[in-house]
Amino acid sequence: MLTCKEVSELVSQSPDRPLSFRERFGIKMHLMMCNLCTRFTKQMQFITKATNKFMHHAEDRLDHNQTTQLSNEARERIKKALDN
Amino acid sequence: MALSNANEWLERYGNDLYRYAFFRVHDNDLAEDLVQETLLAALKAQDHFAGQSSEKTWLIGILKHKIIDHFRKTKREQPVDDIAVEANRYQDRFDTNGHWKSPFAEWHNPDKSLEQQQFWEIFNECISHLPDRLADLYTLRELNDLPTDEVCKLLDISTTNNMWVMLSRARMRLRDCLETGWFNAAPQQEL
Repeated sequence: MLTCKEVSELVSQSPDRPLSFRERFGIKMHLMMCNLCTRFTKQMQFITKATNKFMHHAEDRLDHNQTTQLSNEARERIKKALDN
Repeated sequence: MALSNANEWLERYGNDLYRYAFFRVHDNDLAEDLVQETLLAALKAQDHFAGQSSEKTWLIGILKHKIIDHFRKTKREQPVDDIAVEANRYQDRFDTNGHWKSPFAEWHNPDKSLEQQQFWEIFNECISHLPDRLADLYTLRELNDLPTDEVCKLLDISTTNNMWVMLSRARMRLRDCLETGWFNAAPQQEL
């Protein structure tokens, strides 16, 4: 029987690492009896979801109004570099 | 389709490229340099532009490579002892029998948070508080479709297994940070 520690470790690795049948089975058995680990698993799924959303659109999420812009100086500098 | 020249790209997509870079490398000067390098590279490569994607998508693709190159060049010099530190943090949550030491609460309606600007600000803060290598690891994995062993080489991570452990530690940290900074912080729950 897996401990909470082992389960949480596997659960938090699962988005990256394919788990074996044995591991998945062990988790399932444990979650049937453990509320805290079930809660933890849900939270980890949420973290994965949020991370994916964030990573792919960080600029839109944090900068709705597109206030982050190239400064005029940078623009001039780049223009010069391109002309050479 | 004829390509517009580099100055026009700068005019049209300069801000998009800059924003894309800035929110990934978190540094103004560096982001500007990356935009410049991207446009220079685009100028050289314009004959290869297949026209299958939009110009903007094509330029962002080049920018991604430039960002990856940047990570490659600045390979972290810090030793891998962060894994040991993280291991201790993790260990601390459990008693000797491997049970959770202290209970934690259910998160209230987490999916709703995803629509809130404030949530993403907190999220961003949590990401930026990750140890450098963990943060880089996240960014790198998103940018590329690099195979895992490539990513490990880039960041000096000795084994794939270590990378999995690092990612899971990063996730744990994000979890804790969001719990404190968002889910257990009262006001937003009313929204």
